Amino acid sequence: MSERTFRVWRGNQDGGEFVDYTVEVQPGMVVLDCIHEIQKEHASDLSCRWNCKAGKCGSCSMEINGKPALSCMTRMNTFEEGETVTLQPMKTFPVIRDLTCDVSWNYEQNKRIRPFAPRPRDPDGEHRMMQEDVDRVQEFRKCIECFLCQDTCHILRDRETEQNFAGPRFMVRLASLDMHPLDTDDRIQEVKDESGSGLCNITRCCTEACPEHIGITDNAIIPLKERVVDRFYDPLMWLMRKLRPGKKEVAKN
Amino acid sequence: MIDLNEIQTIEHDVLVVGAGGAGLRAAIETSNLGLNTGVITKSLLGKAHTVMAEGGMAAAMGNVDSRDNWKVHFRDTMRGGKFLNVWEMAAVHAQDAPGRVRELEDWGAVFDRTRTGLINQRNFGGHRYPRLAHVGDRTGLELIRTLQDHGIHQGMDVHSECIGVDLLKDGGKISGMLAYWRDTGRFVVFRAPVVIFATGGAGKAWRVTSNSWEYTGDGYGMATRAGAELMDMEFTQFHPTGMVWPPSVRGILVTEGVRGEGGILTNSDGVRFMFDNIPERFAPETADTKEEGQRWLDGDREARRPPELLTRDVVARAIMREVKSGRGSEHGGAYLDISHRDSDFVKRKLPSMYHQFKELAEVDITAQPMEVGPTLHYYMGGIRVNAHSQMTNVPGLFAAGECSAGLHGANRLGGNSLSDLIVFGARAGIGAKEYLDNLSGSPTVQQEQVHQHMRGVTDFLNREDGENPYVVVDDLQKIMELNVGIVREGEELEKGIEELQKLKERVKKVKAHPTSQYNPGWNTCIDLRNMITSAEATALCALQREESRGAHTRLDFEGEREEGLTYNGVVHLTESGELKVRKEMRKDAPEDLQKIAHSTLEELEGNRV
Repeated sequence: MSERTFRVWRGNQDGGEFVDYTVEVQPGMVVLDCIHEIQKEHASDLSCRWNCKAGKCGSCSMEINGKPALSCMTRMNTFEEGETVTLQPMKTFPVIRDLTCDVSWNYEQNKRIRPFAPRPRDPDGEHRMMQEDVDRVQEFRKCIECFLCQDTCHILRDRETEQNFAGPRFMVRLASLDMHPLDTDDRIQEVKDESGSGLCNITRCCTEACPEHIGITDNAIIPLKERVVDRFYDPLMWLMRKLRPGKKEVAKN
Repeated sequence: MIDLNEIQTIEHDVLVVGAGGAGLRAAIETSNLGLNTGVITKSLLGKAHTVMAEGGMAAAMGNVDSRDNWKVHFRDTMRGGKFLNVWEMAAVHAQDAPGRVRELEDWGAVFDRTRTGLINQRNFGGHRYPRLAHVGDRTGLELIRTLQDHGIHQGMDVHSECIGVDLLKDGGKISGMLAYWRDTGRFVVFRAPVVIFATGGAGKAWRVTSNSWEYTGDGYGMATRAGAELMDMEFTQFHPTGMVWPPSVRGILVTEGVRGEGGILTNSDGVRFMFDNIPERFAPETADTKEEGQRWLDGDREARRPPELLTRDVVARAIMREVKSGRGSEHGGAYLDISHRDSDFVKRKLPSMYHQFKELAEVDITAQPMEVGPTLHYYMGGIRVNAHSQMTNVPGLFAAGECSAGLHGANRLGGNSLSDLIVFGARAGIGAKEYLDNLSGSPTVQQEQVHQHMRGVTDFLNREDGENPYVVVDDLQKIMELNVGIVREGEELEKGIEELQKLKERVKKVKAHPTSQYNPGWNTCIDLRNMITSAEATALCALQREESRGAHTRLDFEGEREEGLTYNGVVHLTESGELKVRKEMRKDAPEDLQKIAHSTLEELEGNRV
């Protein structure tokens, strides 16, 4: 057991300040446990989101010593002895209060993505897909929507222009649809125009931030970018497509 | 008090409370039936407790073992529930489940596949055949994301971080609900002739639980205050395998899938104690040697299943016994070991368990045993509903999923909860449509009722001084752990009820910091009202049931008694504000279903019943 100082941002959209709290840390505790201690002992109105406390729901995202992380999966023994732990809300989104911010923009992006459009079932009423063909899609579907990748993405963070980049989370979602063996929709135009795949310049910060260890950049974004390049910027592929339309385009027509 | 016209008002045909599996499935159904549907959720969309479900959803699709069919599933469910289930619900559940699982596939779910490309199914406790459609050990996440991504295109309105305060009624019928937004603390009145509760259980009334902060029995509290009844509340499932160390993660779920994939339970002497804990009812279908258990795991269809896969009540009690006899693990649990299986297999089949132990307990489960012990996991009981429509005794109020009672009886089989959500979520939606089609007139919202409900929760903010709500929650959890735990006794239960009465008075006087904007302290005050109702209803039912059946164990009344099968415990709130429990006599079971439930497996497999 040891004492630890927490420096926690308190405030709302009108401004705020850092407030220091001291917490008795027991073995095995994570940052979220300490926040609960602060609520119990010092500030019952300290606001923070959390649900499962096991890294499965993606609610308790925040910036811990400046790094985007899940507070339920950040163990206290990962800090240096005597190190002050600074807690802030995710910076990319507007703050509501204390450690809670308004992430509704992400839900709007999700709604813009056209729904899954499966091919018809086999005559016996089944869908058949081989495990090796769904492995990659299952990797993408591990996403817990913690939005840490969105928080860390510098294109979203700076947001200096009217650019429409949907962010790493939704590139992953688009990839999961594009690579879904049953999906018949052609999404490449959407990936390029509506979701702004070209704006990502592959710095891989999102991949590093992902608590589910999804290969966001290498497995989702780069393959999507390649498909866009093949479609729109490669004259040979363009000609091939005119001569021999792909399966998805046939289904669409 | 402000005029009704000045409070934000939103109109819907159907208001669904809760955006877990049952709530979203109900909302998809009512949206598709052309009803204007709103969903409110305490958290953000996609974060509900359903994401915690790991192992899978039970449906007799027969993809892995073609001998499976709905009758075997129904029989397993009744046996698991110790025959206290509502017969029709158990039957409908087994019949509808395969279709509801396939439907998820059409909405984008990507289940693990068999070698021929079909939905793979895994073994689980109490299920005769491999029956659980699954995605590694994150099936709940797949379910909720599928319903979420499909649901948002069906026309429903999702109101996130909005918490129900109380139901509104007009002449006995539902007319809407008062709620508040977490981010601003402002009230909102929903005008809706139908409210569907999908509010989950009340596990937060215990200290060691797999449940999150949301699980405060909101549906139980609001439903009883509106005149609905609760049933079978004594049947609280203690999942046998929760984490026990470190203290801060105590209670977090360790999926039954670990045992389904071959995990074994041992005590500090290294003995596989489950072989000494096989109840008579299950003896003919359970392996009695390690060798037979191993053959079963290797796919020998003639071999019987290992005893680690007995029903959850049996395994939880066995672990408790080992601990109490001084043969527990280092931190007071049992050892659960899967390290004898290939390390890649474990990582592929149980990826989130691997990470959970690695990151939270610094244990590598491919090389070391886990330490596990019972954790409060699930309410089999809940709001009493009609088996066909899911409607309560309050016209216009429906309930589905964990918050409702009936399907699971005295004990739930693993995997039957996710299938419960999609089967009865959809049925509640259909029930709501039928009710609305036959509803004459439109129930209206009464200003006085709204004001009364508002006062009930603003008092916490306005009073000069009072107790810290978190302290009261701690005390509630202590009372439940000590007096209404995994094994119960009459005297302790009586003492528990007495202490809960005193605590009720304290709940009335708690105080929150006077900011209503995103104030977790105020939320806790409001949650406490519902937690205490849930806790008291549980204790009352537990005291009434003088036998041990399924998840309810009485030290002073060992074993099942004949009388116990004749009734269900039912609780309601009297005019004077007291919870009363009674024995509601069970109707005779339909003959055809009785015949199936008591058939031999050979008869069912040969389709001779």
